[in-house]
Amino acid sequence: EKTRDSFAGKMNDLVYKYRSVDEDFFEELEEILIGADVGVTTVMDLVEELKDEVRRQNIKDSKDIQPIISEKLAELLEKEGGETEVNLQPAGLSVILVVGVNGVGKTTSIGKLAHMYKQQGKKVILAAGDTFRAGAIEQLEVWGERAGVDVIKQSEGSDPAAVMFDAIQAAKSREADILICDTAGRLQNKVNLMKELEKVKRVISREIPGAPHEVLIALDATTGQNAMSQAKTFKETTDVTGIILTKLDGTAKGGIVLAIRHELDIPVKFVGLGEKIDDLQPFDSEQFVYGLFKDMVDEEEGRE
Amino acid sequence: MAFESLAERLQDTLKKIRGKGKVSEQDVKEMMREVRLALLEADVNFKVVKQFIANVKEKALGQEVMKSLTPGQQVIKVVNEELTALMGGEQSKIAVASKPPTVVMMVGLQGAGKTTTTAKLANHLRKKHNRNPILVAADIYRPAAIKQLETLGKQLNMPVFSLGDQVSPVEIAKQAIERAKEEHHDYVLIDTAGRLHIDEELMDELQQVKEVAKPDEILLVVDAMTGQDAVNVAESFHEQLDVSGVVLTKLDGDTRGGAALSVKAVTNTPIKFAGMGEKIDQLEPFHPERMASRILGMGDVLTLIEKA
Ligand SMILES: Nc1nc2c(ncn2[C@@H]2O[C@H](COP(=O)(O)OP(=O)(O)OP(=O)(O)O)[C@@H](O)[C@H]2O)c(=O)[nH]1
Ligand SMILES: Nc1nc2c(ncn2[C@@H]2O[C@H](COP(=O)(O)OP(=O)(O)OP(=O)(O)O)[C@@H](O)[C@H]2O)c(=O)[nH]1
Ligand SMILES: [Mg+2]
Ligand SMILES: [Mg+2]
Repeated sequence: EKTRDSFAGKMNDLVYKYRSVDEDFFEELEEILIGADVGVTTVMDLVEELKDEVRRQNIKDSKDIQPIISEKLAELLEKEGGETEVNLQPAGLSVILVVGVNGVGKTTSIGKLAHMYKQQGKKVILAAGDTFRAGAIEQLEVWGERAGVDVIKQSEGSDPAAVMFDAIQAAKSREADILICDTAGRLQNKVNLMKELEKVKRVISREIPGAPHEVLIALDATTGQNAMSQAKTFKETTDVTGIILTKLDGTAKGGIVLAIRHELDIPVKFVGLGEKIDDLQPFDSEQFVYGLFKDMVDEEEGRE
Repeated sequence: MAFESLAERLQDTLKKIRGKGKVSEQDVKEMMREVRLALLEADVNFKVVKQFIANVKEKALGQEVMKSLTPGQQVIKVVNEELTALMGGEQSKIAVASKPPTVVMMVGLQGAGKTTTTAKLANHLRKKHNRNPILVAADIYRPAAIKQLETLGKQLNMPVFSLGDQVSPVEIAKQAIERAKEEHHDYVLIDTAGRLHIDEELMDELQQVKEVAKPDEILLVVDAMTGQDAVNVAESFHEQLDVSGVVLTKLDGDTRGGAALSVKAVTNTPIKFAGMGEKIDQLEPFHPERMASRILGMGDVLTLIEKA
């Protein structure tokens, strides 16, 4: 029973549909992966590698290719173990900066993170660094209330770097364990806004050497190939250390993180699975890869 | 970046064809491969791409093209023309009710840009059409959603109708329209909460709001950066609500915006506006032919054709 539910079991169901490994098999695999936003180049490279492997090992039966597919995909996603871990200081204040384009789920994810750490017994403070968008400060305040943590804010329109400075002083004097900083959404091609973000980060580093200890980029699973450009530019400006992949509770698969992992080496640390405070989970690569094929497997089962 | 221009990609294929008196089926096939890649990298849905390529291939292998002196360029021309036609040729305007007020409902996924677009649209209606809209805060779920719309209303110096977050969106819509009539507003713009197309309860709520508000226009707000899933989202919203138009947001970014084509293909409703920034005056009428060129990275390609 347990194996059937596991990723390997589902993959078996998938490949069972095709007895032999032929062009149709590869075409369908290609479409599943492209349909999951994995990205054309990555998919074609992967399929080429698989074809080579099939030739080398003289594989005829689709069952024999299943472990190879899983292995290749998992290889793309995790290079070492323990990567979903967040870099928290054993003692003293840890700072987490959250960045990303507009509307991807930064503020909501911060609310969820605050709740998670609070549950673990940590003292958390939030910094309302989005001073631009209408209602952004109030939105973070609601999340602060829900999680039961303090929010440091200034008025709308003030300098976000100044908010961070205040928040760090407050976090220090209140002996907080974790400070999570919200920032305004910005498209990666807006040079001035990216400079502003650099400044925000610089202020944090100046006040606490080694901080921010984590820079998390929120990526919306619904986003297609542009997520690569987002990850790349934000990495260049703020040295991103991890991804929060949001809105995975929808029908989008977020496959672009495979290419991001492959090309930029940024690991996914959390996934967002809804709008409620506990809808955040550590990233599980097996679960994720299974998700890429899930619809197809469900379709097959429905037919049986 | 992944997005090389299509022109660049087609150079090699074109070089081979140039000088040749005739284009072989194989040549066209190779060109179509490049076009397919360009479309997929621009996030056009793979099923839409498949159909599109089949159509273009048929046209491209047609008599006029194959016999022309510059078959390579002709193929590109066909691609561009077909894409523009698919995007929906004409520029399309917002509905006007025969008897005011005109009711507009904004719907879409979380974070797509509904609230911002509601404010932008109000501004557009006043500035360009001399209208007097009222904004309606019918998102009772997202933290501070009402506050967000109220802040935007203040910036615009326009009224925002709200009954707080303890009254159902259906009731809010109903009372808002009554208020609009009393106060002689000619447009009622209803901001709704973001929701997943597969969330039955919340989609049902939208249908109820629709029943009560009898909107003249339902605008599906779509993020231009959306990937392959755009077809599922658009199809599902359209099926359940019969949307009348689309607003494509965040086009000020560097996305190719292939979702536009996918959405158009599955809903066959016009894309009416493009969001070009976060500020309330950054909404523009949508231009299908510009979008077609953007998806393909066609700027250079068009010059190439003109030179030929
Ligand atoms: N279904 C779903 N919705 C989510 C998730 N995360 C966030 N959202 C919703 O997405 C919308 C945008 O979320 P925000 O947290 O405001 O996004 P943001 O990145 O802070 O947005 P800006 O500050 O405007 O750039 C809200 O309606 C959230 O409720 C998720 O994991 N699943
Ligand atoms: N750059 C840019 N940002 C935009 C545009 N339209 C909206 N935004 C931003 O996108 C984010 C989300 O916009 P909202 O209007 O809150 O989106 P929404 O659909 O109402 O979100 P929910 O109510 O949470 O579902 C905000 O940061 C907006 O400022 C646009 O055309 N360009
Ligand atoms: Mg935010
Ligand atoms: Mg909204």
